[in-house]
Amino acid sequence: MNQRYADVAFEDRMSHVDFRVAEKAHIVVDTDVCRSCTTKACVHACPANLFVPTDDGGILFNYEQCFECGTCYLVCDGGNAISWSYPDGGQGVVFRHG
Amino acid sequence: MRDRAGPAGAAVTVAEPERPAFDAIVVGAGPAGSAAALELARAGRSVALIERGPFPGSKNVYGGVVYGRVLDELIPGWYERMPVQRWITRRQTMLLSGERSMTVDFRCQSWGRAPYNGATAYRAEFDNWLTEHAQKEGALLVPSTVVTAVLRTAEGRVVGVRTDRPDGDLTARVVIACDGVNSFVAKQAGLYPEGQAEHTTLGVKETLALPKETIDERFGVSGDDGVDIEILGGTQGVPGGAFLYTNRDTLSVGLVLGLPGLAGQGRRPEEILAELKRHPSIAPLVRGAELVEYSAHLIPEGGYHSMPRLVGDGLLVAGDAAAMCLAAGIWLEGVNFALGSGMYAGRAAARALAAGDLRRLRDYRSLLESSFVLADHKKLRKAPGLVLSERVQHRYPGLVCDLVEGVFTVDNPKPKPGIRRLLRRSARSNGVRMRELARDALTGLRSFG
Repeated sequence: MNQRYADVAFEDRMSHVDFRVAEKAHIVVDTDVCRSCTTKACVHACPANLFVPTDDGGILFNYEQCFECGTCYLVCDGGNAISWSYPDGGQGVVFRHG
Repeated sequence: MRDRAGPAGAAVTVAEPERPAFDAIVVGAGPAGSAAALELARAGRSVALIERGPFPGSKNVYGGVVYGRVLDELIPGWYERMPVQRWITRRQTMLLSGERSMTVDFRCQSWGRAPYNGATAYRAEFDNWLTEHAQKEGALLVPSTVVTAVLRTAEGRVVGVRTDRPDGDLTARVVIACDGVNSFVAKQAGLYPEGQAEHTTLGVKETLALPKETIDERFGVSGDDGVDIEILGGTQGVPGGAFLYTNRDTLSVGLVLGLPGLAGQGRRPEEILAELKRHPSIAPLVRGAELVEYSAHLIPEGGYHSMPRLVGDGLLVAGDAAAMCLAAGIWLEGVNFALGSGMYAGRAAARALAAGDLRRLRDYRSLLESSFVLADHKKLRKAPGLVLSERVQHRYPGLVCDLVEGVFTVDNPKPKPGIRRLLRRSARSNGVRMRELARDALTGLRSFG
């Protein structure tokens, strides 16, 4: 991320969020579709910064620190490239304040 | 709406259960779900309240203020026991433009006394507290359980839900979807309209710790009194808004960003938030505060015209799942609409069950229409569009700040300019025609009137 705008490093920001990480990914990305996507809105819209563009035009993603908000699939232009569900019961993000 | 998104993706067809396990299943133990379960349990109905988080509130985020008047009906004397951070006695609306700001500041000490008006509260505490009331009345909380599909008969009547537990099908006579802004239950039941992204905003929030005395001094309050600041113009060109609320010994500072604008703009949410915190009107309020939680959640802000169908066959939809958030500029409310819609959903379901006639689930809609829930949304149906319009978002904060700057800048030896001339000049320099200004003022009056 662009450090000029950071008042706290992104990793530090996320270290203040509790996660009970599931073994199974609840997001699946069809990266073949991503290669033809020109906008890649998920990359900057995801508040947890989970989507990273790769050199070959695809998308690398991780699900571990997901807020489970749904922004990625709603902004996705790429013919439903993102399959999204909730982590199994009791797992995923646990907000202490919210 | 993306049709591939969502657990299992589609409803499951089953035979009609001979003896449903519950009178009602409520999906989601947020304010809508707990209110619905409370009403049903009070009416003597067996009700399961399914929550995907380890405890109610653990998946939920909001800006920070609960307007609890609707609780008078649901939990009499609620304000003596609700887990409150601070009672709002000072309310500000702030316009930001460049390094300038214009604030309307209203203080009302009687809001800090019974029967109160609004309060900041943590959702992890508030949602739990509500669910406990439903449990005391006999509702069965089923935590750490995800509803993965809706169970329907071949005729399309909803008769239960599939969960992610082993042998996890649960049957009921009525299902109430209170599963939040992404509502896979309402989507699977085919109740959702297209174009959800256009009406949805992303909320991002930092909870920042400061000593209570520091908050009291910076915000000019004491005891349990607190401040609510709603901000227009601090979102770096992305249509939306910002907020700053006081909790007991933390601040909630955050942004609301329209998804289409965010998708097209190329800036990351936390960058925009960092810019907001550097604004000369915000920086002194948050200086030295320590981040204790970062959070994000979607908000259904489209109002009346973006709501799904509220009644299906054997199914009711309430709260964020029904797009009940009211985002009408000067009014930003959601938890009260969730509580109200959940309460009426529970009541309509209890009546239909008592009458043995599920067609009476339709009464839900008339209960909502005769209360604030749909009356407010209908009256303010044009407000979300106006608030997120290009002029209100990008031109009016600058116009207002130019005007006020012109009024208070002493430009001697030049004489003071007339206010009308200043208004014309401010409008012109912000690309607003006087005719458009008059039309928006009229639309505003009509939609807020």
